[in-house]
Formats: sequence, structure tokens, C-alpha cells
Amino acid sequence: MNLGAIDPVLLIASLMVAATPIILAALGELVVEKSGLLNLGVEGMMITGAICGFAVAVETGSPVLGFVLAAMGGAALALIFALLTQYLLSNQVATGLALTLFGLGISAMIGQAYRGVKPPATAKLNLGPLGDIPVLGRMVFSHDWVVYFALVLVAGVWAFLKYTRGGLILRAVGENHDAAHALGYKVVRIRLAAIAFGGACAGMGGAYVSLVRVPQWTDGMTAGAGWIALAIVVFASWRAGRVLLGAYLFGGISVLQLNLQAAGVPVPVEILSMSPFVVTIIVLVFISARQKGAAVAPAALGRIFHASS
Amino acid sequence: MSVIRLERRAAPSRFWSVATPILAVALTMIAGGVMFALLGKDPVAAIRTIFWDPLFNTQFAAYSRPQLLVKAGPLILIAIGLSLGFRAGVWNIGAEGQYIIGAICGAAVGLAFYPADLWIVFPLMVIAGALGGWAWAMIPGLLRTRFNTNEILVSLLLVYVAEQILASMALGLLRNPEGGGFPGSRNLQQYAAASNPELIAGTGMHWGVVAAFIAVIFAYVLLTRHITGFHIRLAGQSPRAARFAGVNPARLVLLCLGVSGALAGMAGLFEVTGPAGQISIDFNVGYGFTAIIVAFLGRLHPVGILLAGLLMALTYIGGELAQFMLGLPAAAIQAFQGMLLFFLLAVDVMTNYRIRFGRGAAT
Repeated sequence: MNLGAIDPVLLIASLMVAATPIILAALGELVVEKSGLLNLGVEGMMITGAICGFAVAVETGSPVLGFVLAAMGGAALALIFALLTQYLLSNQVATGLALTLFGLGISAMIGQAYRGVKPPATAKLNLGPLGDIPVLGRMVFSHDWVVYFALVLVAGVWAFLKYTRGGLILRAVGENHDAAHALGYKVVRIRLAAIAFGGACAGMGGAYVSLVRVPQWTDGMTAGAGWIALAIVVFASWRAGRVLLGAYLFGGISVLQLNLQAAGVPVPVEILSMSPFVVTIIVLVFISARQKGAAVAPAALGRIFHASS
Repeated sequence: MSVIRLERRAAPSRFWSVATPILAVALTMIAGGVMFALLGKDPVAAIRTIFWDPLFNTQFAAYSRPQLLVKAGPLILIAIGLSLGFRAGVWNIGAEGQYIIGAICGAAVGLAFYPADLWIVFPLMVIAGALGGWAWAMIPGLLRTRFNTNEILVSLLLVYVAEQILASMALGLLRNPEGGGFPGSRNLQQYAAASNPELIAGTGMHWGVVAAFIAVIFAYVLLTRHITGFHIRLAGQSPRAARFAGVNPARLVLLCLGVSGALAGMAGLFEVTGPAGQISIDFNVGYGFTAIIVAFLGRLHPVGILLAGLLMALTYIGGELAQFMLGLPAAAIQAFQGMLLFFLLAVDVMTNYRIRFGRGAAT
């Protein structure tokens, strides 16, 4: 066992990388749930984004283009969810699950041609003097653009929900779709936009796993990150700022357990590997016990909206 | 108002509730055919290989027909349990984890008796398997009833935990001491007292299939003739009405999760003692997730699930055949199954709504 080999600076730096896909996916799902929908297809949209981004980046040599197409791929899959739940009034839980099952299948199918291929590297941003600050420079200011994009997006979603008219309308739709409809807001259209945004975010998050975090293609490589993202939305009590906290907590645990494995801590590898999931469950229990009775979830979450009923 | 409108039916249409699964299968064949064509395979040949050849091709049918029951058994057993919960609005989507834990617990009991040749061993293993799955499902159940924790997320996250436990068992505690250090337990098929053999040669029928048939009958009686079944349906359709009718929501959650967990655990046990033979790292093959499709395709009705389980088993076998004969990627079948669920959910709108064309005042 060699705990001395764990460098806290590197640990926090890699925590930020590990948390990025979760931040993106959870933020997208947060907006979807704020509009009153529960999309359980995050894992499917992430893995679809992961393969779309990977394939495009490999073919074009441009990781940026990969991320753009990953967002579009995720959004395209999300639109199937939108079509089914908004126009054909299907059950959201079942439809979300179908999205995940389908996404895992279709991504593995496309991914066959990309096994063992190395994607083009996503360059680290050169932030000039910021990167030269001792300790902090290596810890916080030495990442690729997606890490900062995710952080900016957190602030953006927070500000959108809190300060803009659009955010207010979105929340109104999520709290009471009948009232919002009566006020003349286009409930279905607003939700379509939210679903597409959620899909795009999840797709980018998936691409971050396949292009930066791992970086290669293996079937089902998001390995539950989408479900963790769903849990983090609950953990965050549907607040953008707390998504960041939750994702860093989860990222921290998954990075720490990998480091402990490498350091040869006398704990079975399986226990360490399951720890992020176990901790997520435990945190979920604490949060939901505290939320019990208090209405923190959007009131219309998961209910079917039909204008005539 | 738009040109096409949906009008809610007073009661679900009986005709469409039977016709939608058939329509969904037909649409999936068409869309799947397009997908196979895009992959550069002959769509007609692919569909025939998946749906026809396993049953009627003179060359393969002798091998693949028994496989139908082997694959359908666990799917039906798990889906029956899940359907009770889905009807009541209790979403256990972690059957895969309960399946794994059931197999581990059951196999552990059997291996503890090794090499004693007692008739009681196998029944004890079945009980241990059911208890294992039940206990694993009680985690999300108790967390939901005590702390109001979302059972969807907990049951799903526990699948990843169960997979790690499986790896640990296959490499450690349950590893075959005479296996030369290879991962995996003793082969239970070679331990007569603990094995789950084919009961009638050439049919694929084993104890798990028998259990699945019993579960279908049991669920049918429960849902149509028993007060608990009525409570389950009531809780799903109107939770408020259910509370007025004196249904205890917490007990119903525990019942639904418990039954589905126990059945998934039994399915795992029958699989590990029969077709799979041993606890290994890659023992689980996703039956717990496919069973979700089976439950919906069967419209959460026991008889429907029986038929849906057989159909889904056919796509598994046909998929393997297509992989072997046409070089169709294995993942294509997974996508195909996902597509089936999409189409089913899409056409299901016909059951509860009438489609009206032309302009008119929506009420």
C-alpha cells in the first residue's frame, strides 16, 4: 500500500474531469424535470452521444465537431421521447427506459467499427497566467474547454431559471401544466425544447466520456453515469448550483476509489468499484428523508398533459 | 386546433388492447428491416432468420426450438413479478440485480452441501434464491416506504452493486477450489442434487419454465379473483381512491417489490443451476432488463406476458442465428428489442384515445 503516491492536486484536477459528464447530463435532466417531465433515458442519450461524438471526431479529426454532433445525436434520441410522451401520450417511465435500452443497442451497433480506434485528443486550454499560479493553476486552470463549458452552463441554467421570463414560464409549466395552458403558454412546445436541451446535454456528457475521460470506445461505456445523473438531480433538490456539488461529490468518490485501487489499499477491488453507487444511494436516502413532506419536486413531474382533459 | 385530435375514450378499447402489440410487432419488423438494410443485409432474409427459421427451418429447428422455453422461462418469471408493480405504479427496474443475487444465494446454499446427495438440496436452493432476490428488492422497498427514496433509482443503482458482488463471488468465495485458479464456481449441472436438468428431453423444459407457468396462473388468479389484485390495479389507476378503499400504500409497495424480487431471484437460481451451470463474472445477460419490455409488450397481463416472453425469446434465438448466418451484429438485436418497446408505446395511444380528423372544437 502506498498512499503517498496519491497527489491531492492531481486528485482534484481529475475530480473535475470525472464530474464533467455528470454535470452536463444532470443539468440537462434538471431542465427537463423543471418542465414537469421525467426522462429516464439519460443513460441511453449519453451512450448515443458518446458514440456519435466518437465517430464524428475520428472521421473528421475534430473533437469540437464531435461534441457538436454528440449533442445533436443526444437531442435526436430525446426527440423520440418527446414524440412519444408529448404527442402519443405514452407513460414517461416506460418511454425513458425504452430510450435507454434502444440507445445501448444502437450505440453498440455503430460502435463496432470503432473498437480499438484512438480519437483525436481534446487539447487543454492555455489560460495564460492563470495556469502558472502554483497549485491552483494545475488543479483548476489546466483543463480542456468542455470542463469550463459545463461550469458556465451551470451558471447559465441557474440564471435562466431564476432571473428570466423564459425560466419562469418553464417552471410554471412544470408546476401546473393545466394552469400554464390556460394562460396561453404552449405547454407541449416548451417541453419539446426542454427535452431537446436535456438530450443535447446528455449527448455532450457522453461524448466527454468517450473522447476525453477514457478515451476509446467500448460497449456500454457510460456504465451507469446517466443513472447517477438522475440521482444527482434529486440530490440537488432541482437546483442548478447543487448539481455542481453533487457531481463533484460523486466525481471525487469515483476518482478517489480508483486512486485507492492503484495504491493497493487492502480493501477488495469490488468494494471500491461499487462505492460510488453505494454512496449515491446513501446520499439519496438522506436527501429524500429530509425532503419528505416538503414539496421540492416540480408538482407536475411525470404527469401526462392532454389539453382536452 | 390542429387537424388531428385525440379524444379520450371513456374506457380503454378492448379491440386495440389486443391489436396494439400485434401492430407494434409488425411495425418493428418494417423498421427493423430498414435498419438491417442500412447495415447492408437483406432485410427479408434477416427477418425470416429471426422469426421463422428458429421454429421451422429443418436444419436449425431441432436445436433452437428447445431454446425457446429456455430463454422464455426467466423472461416470463421476471416479467410477471414486474407487471404487478408496474400496475400499481411501483417501478422496480433493478430485476437484473435481484436475478444476480438470487443466483448467488441459491448457488451458495447448493455449494455448501457439496457433495452431499440429498433430495432436499435443490428445494433449499430455490428458497434461498427467492429469499436472496426478495431481500435485494427489499432495499429499495424499505428505503421507499421509510424514507420516501425513489425506488426507480435505488433498484437500478443496486444492479451495479450486484454486478460487483457477482465478480467478487466468482473470483473469491464461490470459486471452484478444483478449478485450477480459473474464475467461476463449480459446475452445478455436474452436481446431481443441485442441478436443474431438462425435464422432458428435447423440449427445453426445466424447473424454471415450470415455475414461470405457475407464476402466470398465480398472477392471473391474483389479478382477477383476489382482493389484493384489485388493490394493485386500484392503486395504479387512482392512488387517492385506493387510500379511501383502505389500501395501505406502504404494504403494497413492499408486496410488489418483494414478489418481483423473489421471482427474479428464482429465475436467477434456475438459470445458474440449469442453462448457465455456474456462477461466473458474466453470468447475467440482461434478462432483467429485457423482462421490462416483455411486461409492457404483454400489456401487464399474465397471458399477454406469456406470449410476449415467447416472442422475445424468439428474437434472442433468431438474433443469434442471424449473427451466425448473416453476420448481423449482436447489438442489432438489442436495438431491435428497444425499437419494439418504442412502437408499442407509440401505438398504445389507440387503446385510450380515439383519433379524430378535421377541425373541431376540442372540449
